[in-house]
Amino acid sequence: MVGIITYGVYIPRYRIRVEEIARVWGANADDITGGLGVFSKSVPGHDEDTATIAVEAARNALARREIDPGDIGAVYVGSESHPYAVKPTACTVGEAVGATPCMTAADYEFACKAGTAAIQTCMGLATSGMIRYGLAIGADVAQGAPSDALEYTAAAGGAAYVIGMDDPIALIHRTCSFTTDTPDFWRREGQGYPRHGGRFTGEPGYFRHVEGAARLLFEQAGKGPKDYTYAVFHQPNAKFPQRVAKTLGFSPEQIRPGLVVPRLGNTYSGSSMIGLAATLDVAKPGDRIFVASFGSGAGSDAFDIEVTDAIGSDAFRRDAAPGVEQLLADPVYVDYAQYARYKGKIVMQK
Amino acid sequence: MRDVAVIGAGCTPFGEKWNSSFRNLFVEAGILALEDAGVAGEQIGGLYVGNMSAGRFIEQEHIGALIADYAGLASHHIPATRVEAACASGGLSFRQAVIAVASGMEEIVVAAGVEKMTDVASGASVDALAGAADREWEGFVGATFPGLYAMIATDYMNRYPLTREQLAQVAVKNHFNGARNPIAQFRQEITIDTVIRSSLVADPLRLFDCSPITDGAAAVVLAPLDRAREFTDTPVRVLASAQASDTITLHDRRDISTLDATVAAGRRAFAAARLSTADIDLVEVHDCFTIAEICAIEDLGFCRKGEAGRLTEEGATALNGDIPVNTSGGLKACGHPVGATGIKQVFEVVQQLRGEAGKRQIEGAAIGMTHNVGGTGATVAVHILGV
Repeated sequence: MVGIITYGVYIPRYRIRVEEIARVWGANADDITGGLGVFSKSVPGHDEDTATIAVEAARNALARREIDPGDIGAVYVGSESHPYAVKPTACTVGEAVGATPCMTAADYEFACKAGTAAIQTCMGLATSGMIRYGLAIGADVAQGAPSDALEYTAAAGGAAYVIGMDDPIALIHRTCSFTTDTPDFWRREGQGYPRHGGRFTGEPGYFRHVEGAARLLFEQAGKGPKDYTYAVFHQPNAKFPQRVAKTLGFSPEQIRPGLVVPRLGNTYSGSSMIGLAATLDVAKPGDRIFVASFGSGAGSDAFDIEVTDAIGSDAFRRDAAPGVEQLLADPVYVDYAQYARYKGKIVMQK
Repeated sequence: MRDVAVIGAGCTPFGEKWNSSFRNLFVEAGILALEDAGVAGEQIGGLYVGNMSAGRFIEQEHIGALIADYAGLASHHIPATRVEAACASGGLSFRQAVIAVASGMEEIVVAAGVEKMTDVASGASVDALAGAADREWEGFVGATFPGLYAMIATDYMNRYPLTREQLAQVAVKNHFNGARNPIAQFRQEITIDTVIRSSLVADPLRLFDCSPITDGAAAVVLAPLDRAREFTDTPVRVLASAQASDTITLHDRRDISTLDATVAAGRRAFAAARLSTADIDLVEVHDCFTIAEICAIEDLGFCRKGEAGRLTEEGATALNGDIPVNTSGGLKACGHPVGATGIKQVFEVVQQLRGEAGKRQIEGAAIGMTHNVGGTGATVAVHILGV
């Protein structure tokens, strides 16, 4: 059965505290941390972008398992911050990991869920026999306009998943999606920062779609919250995944390992995929994991995952690459000025 | 002049109605009111609709005809009129309908109010609302409504004994009432701490001192009193309809802590109804901000200037108090779809006078009052209703 062959994550080491951003804009940090449940977010270095993050995550995935990069027949990178509007990030990644030239590749965009859409694509290609392995990545150097509510959470990071049929560390029993045309968050061509419908992003956006996908999956799989050891949701802040988990009937314990947003921020396309990776970091054979991503615009992909014995076998070396907890530990905090420079927010005189 | 009665009333639930458009909202409220009155569409002789800013909120003007059309009345060619006076649009719509029936020009008339505010981002709605003040003298120099009412609050607190806790108690009391109103936007009780710890909006006003941005619609059906029992066993009589205006800017007022238009409209209403404050069983006042409720209670004459904070603290304005204020939850908790608010106030009083207000029912309520303000007090409509 199709599943996850290996996975890897990359998170830049820099962090900025929410209170530092609040200080610059004259906002009340307690209101923001209390409202969002986010205390710091990752910041890319000035030489880091979605392509470098995607490459690092892919390399971390391949470090954990010996597979021939030449057997990777597809590379898809989901992001809303691809460095080029035209010229695929996926080719850079394919080249960097040695998967080129006998592969198909494309960049995906579906707000914060393009990476899980890439997993679904790879599942189809692997199951049909068109490819042996597919590399599905979700990575972002997330954009949030200065002083906008998004700026307190928009972070940087990514996760890479190799999908295939050969001895997966986790089976993907089923996936389904819930998708509508809902304009809750968008960025048009040429615009530097996304815009959003404020509170409209919540109920008609996130909650309707995540709950929709989850209930669809439960119905199709004949499963319920109690059948899962863990649950992972897209986490634009800490409140949304906590609330949707409660609504669906998951306990705080079930979502705890995958809830990385309080320290990491919202890594957009990386968000639910890093949450899943953090859960796989601690998972044991037989654990069942529910995942629901969310992308504005809007849609949610739900997955029914079961960890196999392979996660503890010699073929898979979980410790050969840093786990999410390791990547979150020992951060270097930057102030707003450094953050503004690293994020390219300071425009030099032309 | 004929006596006029409310023979039916309806109101949509208030809130962020992302699944309902402007036209969905008023059709819903209109049907509720017509069903309540037992009136068929072809019996309607006229329609008045209060709406502040459909042009800014949904880029739609000409809404009198739009509403008549979507109410299925286009083929009846009824006169349909939009009434605008910022947040007092609903109150003035009701008054225009009362005048139409009282004068004998029209028989069965619908007075409605509707606002769809959440189709634009909050910044755009704040700017649209700023049009209720003087754009040249206030809006252009940065004054928003929270800012203007904060000036009223600051002036008031400098001159009269009003504590931060007393001001917060207005919101606490209105949330208590809203929690008992099925149409209210916010149905949870809060504490003084909730208000005092909420985000600062415009000193001294905090988030929980401010009414929200809301979608909603309300409608009532009016008829001559002598025909009211053809339609209903529980007609509610319009005992007085008063309106007053004042300078549009706050800085031109004689006294910025007293809304002279409220004083004038209140006096006219009491005189017309030959009643006094002691006769009023409940009052719906325009609490767009907590300080506005404090001023309204005093300016309508329910107590002397400077006493409303203490009365609120002592519970005199609570459901079981001497003069229950904002039993619906007010603008603060029930919500404030600006053009609909004045009609919702009438809807609340009608429910109370008919004994249909459920857990917030004022026992034996026979006479109720509504107080609807446009801007910082440049327009005020006051109505007294009785059974």
